[in-house]
Amino acid sequence: MRNVSGFWKVYSANRKGVIGLGLVLFFVGVAVFAGLAPFDPSKVDATRTWLPPNRVNWLGTDWFGHDLFSQMIHGTRVSLFVGVFATLISAIIGTMIGLLSGYYTRLIGEFLERVVDFFLVIPYLPLMIVLVAVFEATEIPIPILWIVIFAIGVTGWSGTARIIRSQVLTVKERQFVDRARTIGASDMRIMIRHIMPNVFPLVFANVVLTVAGAVLAEVTLDFLGLGDITTISWGMMLHFALSNNAMYRGAWWWLIPPGLAIILLVMGFTLIGYSVEEISNPRLREKKF
Amino acid sequence: MPGDPARLLIPRGRAIDPSIMERMREFYGLDKPIPIQLLAYIVQTFQLNLGYSFYYKAPVGQVIAAWLPNTLVLVGISEAVAIVLGFSVGAIAGWKRGKRFDIISTTFGLTTWSMPTFWLGIVLIMVFSVRLGLFPVGGVRTLELQYANIFQQLADLAAHLILPVITLTLVSFAEYLLIMRNSLVDVMTEDFVLTARAKGLTEQRVLRDHVIPNALLPSVTTIAIALGFIVGGALQTEIIFSYPGIGMLTFQAIEFRDYALLQGLFFIDALLVIIANFAADIIYTYIDPRVKLQ
Repeated sequence: MRNVSGFWKVYSANRKGVIGLGLVLFFVGVAVFAGLAPFDPSKVDATRTWLPPNRVNWLGTDWFGHDLFSQMIHGTRVSLFVGVFATLISAIIGTMIGLLSGYYTRLIGEFLERVVDFFLVIPYLPLMIVLVAVFEATEIPIPILWIVIFAIGVTGWSGTARIIRSQVLTVKERQFVDRARTIGASDMRIMIRHIMPNVFPLVFANVVLTVAGAVLAEVTLDFLGLGDITTISWGMMLHFALSNNAMYRGAWWWLIPPGLAIILLVMGFTLIGYSVEEISNPRLREKKF
Repeated sequence: MPGDPARLLIPRGRAIDPSIMERMREFYGLDKPIPIQLLAYIVQTFQLNLGYSFYYKAPVGQVIAAWLPNTLVLVGISEAVAIVLGFSVGAIAGWKRGKRFDIISTTFGLTTWSMPTFWLGIVLIMVFSVRLGLFPVGGVRTLELQYANIFQQLADLAAHLILPVITLTLVSFAEYLLIMRNSLVDVMTEDFVLTARAKGLTEQRVLRDHVIPNALLPSVTTIAIALGFIVGGALQTEIIFSYPGIGMLTFQAIEFRDYALLQGLFFIDALLVIIANFAADIIYTYIDPRVKLQ
């Protein structure tokens, strides 16, 4: 952990990284303090429907009479929650497969490589849709939000696996791996105790970028009507706005804010990912002005 | 698997004789064990028989063949524009790293990359179709219009295509831009660039003859990988613009539990992605003389 302050010194000099971190921290703050929203986001006021932004409802109201500003605030929670947990699943699968396929280069490695290839090129959105549709139709009582997290997680790990594998291939040739093997360490121990810590920092950038993809995927599934209609999320706001013809009735205040929030959150994670990548690859480092 | 396909063939809400249901299952082979069904599927796929769509009540191959051209037109135009635009803007941005052009274009690229595809479609429809009335809100042709000649037909098609093409171009363009920019920045630190400058070549020639050819290599590889992403983008674009292509068809197949059609669509998607990968490999051998096809 002695490197943390050193890393921060380099990181804080990276303008993109600071902006990205600021954006993400802002949304994390909004999610944590969502309880302070001016209205209950699921409360319906039938006397206040289709209102453009005004002094009471800062972002207006929707067709049902929900306060959209409060919905925006609460929606932050779902986006962050799904983004983080889906990425966790992807990171675990990607790390495991990457480690195994890099370490055992023969039969297992070749086979796993083909699996990674398959997941790398397969159109992930239709696959995700099918996964969600199938699980929602089964009798197993899993909350839809977790089905969505699962579907995003198991389709989004191939990039991580690829990067880990290429790192493992170089790390396992280093001497300390041979030393560990000489004193009788098992394959499992070498992989987890010796190779993984050396691979992980470089994977961090990729994992942060995966969060950005997961946030976008969640919004898209909501839009397609595969999300949980009882949760309040940015994607669900857009879904209801579309199914109530907000687009043709000119209710821009119902459609624009969720989109802008998604852009800023996704951009925040992307900027962090890019700047960590830049720091670990000094050739890409920002020029000083 | 959820949803009984045999039920789909029966008009909704009508009582049905169980023996007829049985006959139907037998006819479609749904009464057989799953491994046998899988084997039959594999054999038939090799015979280019993709099965029978429960919803459209027509062979899957025919249904897909009817909807595929629209998607190929949409994706083909958008990707061609996105690749040319992304690579050229990315090359200039990388060359002018840290200057105003770089900052503006990468910020723009990052913004469109962070957008949900369907949301960009919504914004374009709201501005250009609903408010300004410039383009139709969706579909691929004006239904009530009888075309007087081919030019009128093409103009109508173009009017319907323009917003979907802009949507798909903008969301995929950023990926090419950022890859090209970063790979250019990477290549510019190489020693041969210094050598080229030391030889006294003009900046334009260094860029054109030494930097860009090398920066193109990793960029072309990303085209193939980006295709999986583009299928998802096309699906969203087609749905939001009610554009009758295979993305829209995929969504309908899921909604109506039309498994045969869905399998066929996945097969076609995979086939197209593999063909594109193959094409990228061939292009690669042309731009990188070190790589030779065996």
